[in-house]
Amino acid sequence: MVNVCFYFQVHQPHRLRNYSFFDIGESHLYHDEAANGSIVRKVAAKCYLPANRLMLDLINRHQGQFRIAYAVSGTAIEQFRKFSPETLDSFRQLAATGCVEFINETYYHSLSFLFSQTEFEDQVAMHRQLIHDEFGQWPSTFRNTELIYNNDLATCIERLGYKTIITEGADRILQWRSPNYVYRPAPCSHLKLLLKNYQLSDDIAFRFSNRGWQEHPLTADKYTKWLHSSNGAGTTINLFMDYETFGEHQWQDTGIFKFLDHLPSQVLSHPDFRFATPGEVSATVAAEGEIDVPDFISWADTERDLSAWTGNAMQKDAMEHIFSLEGAVRETRNPDLIHVWRTLQTSDHFYYMCTKWFSDGDVHKYFNPYGSPYDAYTNYNNAAKDLELSLSREQ
Amino acid sequence: MRVLMYGWEFPPHISGGLGTACFGLTQAMALQGQRITFVLPRTSSTGSSGSPVTLLGCDQVEAEYSRTPEEFLEKYLTIETVDSPLYPYVNQEEYTKYMEAFARGRKDREIASDIPEKTTSGEGEYGPNLLHEIRRYASVAGSIATKVQHDVLHAHDWLTIPAGIEARRASKRPLVVHIHSLEFDRSGDHVNQHVYDIERAGMEQADRIIAVSNFTKNKITRHYGINPDKITVVHNAVIKRARAHAAPAPIKCPVKTVLFLGRVTFQKGPDYFVEAAAKVLSLRKDVRFVVAGCGDMLHRMIERVTELRIGRYFHFTGFLRGNDVSRIFGKSDVYVMPSVSEPFGISPLEAIQHDVPVIVSRQSGISEAVGNIFKVNFWDVRELADRILALLTYKPLRDVMTGEAAVELNTITWEKAARRVGEVYYQLEKAG
Repeated sequence: MVNVCFYFQVHQPHRLRNYSFFDIGESHLYHDEAANGSIVRKVAAKCYLPANRLMLDLINRHQGQFRIAYAVSGTAIEQFRKFSPETLDSFRQLAATGCVEFINETYYHSLSFLFSQTEFEDQVAMHRQLIHDEFGQWPSTFRNTELIYNNDLATCIERLGYKTIITEGADRILQWRSPNYVYRPAPCSHLKLLLKNYQLSDDIAFRFSNRGWQEHPLTADKYTKWLHSSNGAGTTINLFMDYETFGEHQWQDTGIFKFLDHLPSQVLSHPDFRFATPGEVSATVAAEGEIDVPDFISWADTERDLSAWTGNAMQKDAMEHIFSLEGAVRETRNPDLIHVWRTLQTSDHFYYMCTKWFSDGDVHKYFNPYGSPYDAYTNYNNAAKDLELSLSREQ
Repeated sequence: MRVLMYGWEFPPHISGGLGTACFGLTQAMALQGQRITFVLPRTSSTGSSGSPVTLLGCDQVEAEYSRTPEEFLEKYLTIETVDSPLYPYVNQEEYTKYMEAFARGRKDREIASDIPEKTTSGEGEYGPNLLHEIRRYASVAGSIATKVQHDVLHAHDWLTIPAGIEARRASKRPLVVHIHSLEFDRSGDHVNQHVYDIERAGMEQADRIIAVSNFTKNKITRHYGINPDKITVVHNAVIKRARAHAAPAPIKCPVKTVLFLGRVTFQKGPDYFVEAAAKVLSLRKDVRFVVAGCGDMLHRMIERVTELRIGRYFHFTGFLRGNDVSRIFGKSDVYVMPSVSEPFGISPLEAIQHDVPVIVSRQSGISEAVGNIFKVNFWDVRELADRILALLTYKPLRDVMTGEAAVELNTITWEKAARRVGEVYYQLEKAG
């Protein structure tokens, strides 16, 4: 039996307003609520609501045989509550089908694992509670922000009691091996590792509407043939992607929803294929071998390393700065201040400061609300400076 | 191809960006095999372009280029000079002033021609006013087209456009008009109708137009009603300068320096620089603002600085040349080009060569050609001040920006520009 394992990432950062040097010490409002509201509502209309409707329909139509998983960041859920409660309701409806698994991550979609074990574990726990409160599940699968992963993370996640962890099926960790098996992280004894099949995932997420691609247009029929052709050479095909692929990155007129609509019945037409969530795959399939990942990997760009967030001196500086405030922030015991500090840990802020995008292509540009990485850094740093100043005044 | 080009000053006598651009471009074109005859105005008395340099504010001057260019000129270019006091950026008032000074000081001037050249006789006196002189220059310079073999004509900016048109009439060869700057850039809404008419006639009669940026291309289509299909954008570049890695970095004093370098005229936005400086100074006083250049707004700027009570934080250096330009870049922590309308803007590239981080206005060609700089709207002095403060305060910002900009600079070459110009010639030849 081959499992087709879908996991979709749902995330919205708290974007910063235009925060000038002249605001430092004058204003402590960092977030651009107007922009955040309009973006969340726009993405909800184009993606979350129609996609959730279709997923629910597919689950009902296939009587529970269509099964999927989501990781919804805490910052996204906060913004759904505020700007698009109907989106949150539709996720709850999906949760109620029993066919949807919700995956645990850091509440603030942060890079805290790189800097602070305490902060990381706090945010994992916060998100775990949030999943339970919103969707009535205690998660058993974990994915770190941007699929950032190494042996140390696996060790930590096993210690925290999770059964499954997810990361990128990067060539350099797999070498000759296929991502289509369940593995064991090298330092772990029972945690299972699921690896993204980036070829097949990116066919949908990135290449679907690319007219220059020789496989364009991609039909459910053709794609299913690719999936079915792996029969006998794997136990799970892990298709991990941003949920915004549906309707936002790939617009509705590309046919992405029709593709999705037809896919489950095609896949299920083969008796050896079924859909399963990461937790279900992990529970039913034995690990084939060990994967050793001493250095960090991620799912970003062609490098699949940390360079999209920590590649230049601005990014390193901004990140070290924000995490250097941890002690002072915690001491205040001021929940609002702690929350604001944490929203500044969200990985997107550092991604906007990436200078690789001049050569690395459009993906960065598309997501960047700033004109340049320098504007992003300046704006962020101004806000972080103000936070630092507020902390020194609190003491 | 054989090119008959109407241009301006050449090294070692360069008074502005146009001369820098003409030189960089023709050098690269010549190295790609184009055979160029370069026609330029030059007074018989000075042997240089007639530029009374002290009247101008300028972006770039001679010294760095002074040796190789002459070797280069001898080797690859034929220079034809026409006796005329025309020079770039001249206006009627300056021309009159110059003619008076010229009459007074004719005998005192040195004769120092250091470039081998043939001079086409001016056939009599210079025109009594600028427009007459341009017409006179056009007819003398245009007649060169009957004597010099060429496949294509190429004229740079409005002062040489009448000469280009004249030459086209004489030789029936296609004319390329190369726009480095428009009357709309220089004078805003107060355009000189005569200049506008010359520009428009030139662009209408030209077989092809080269604009130094999309910014300029848009102005040409919007204000001059020219068909955009006729216009090719060729970005300027900067001549590679040996990076002074071996030399010790200039010692930067704890007081920070923010530089404005250019003509102090409406077009260059010096007033926005002053207003932004006042905002910066409201937050920190350890900053000095240098205005390097001259121009008709200089007095107004000095007055404004006094009004704002920030005179002691300002240095007005006057017009700088050669090594002084390099030195002031070397001493600067931020370079600002707040132009109201800048067709391209080569000086930010020179700042990058000196590892100085750059802020430019979005109303410039350079802002579309370079990524690793700050871009602000010229009128937004708060944002400009914010970016100045950021560059003065955040060292990683400065380091990454100058580092990435230096890498980017390697891709901005005159060779690339020359190839694009060559393509335009080729298309004309094919069509012809």
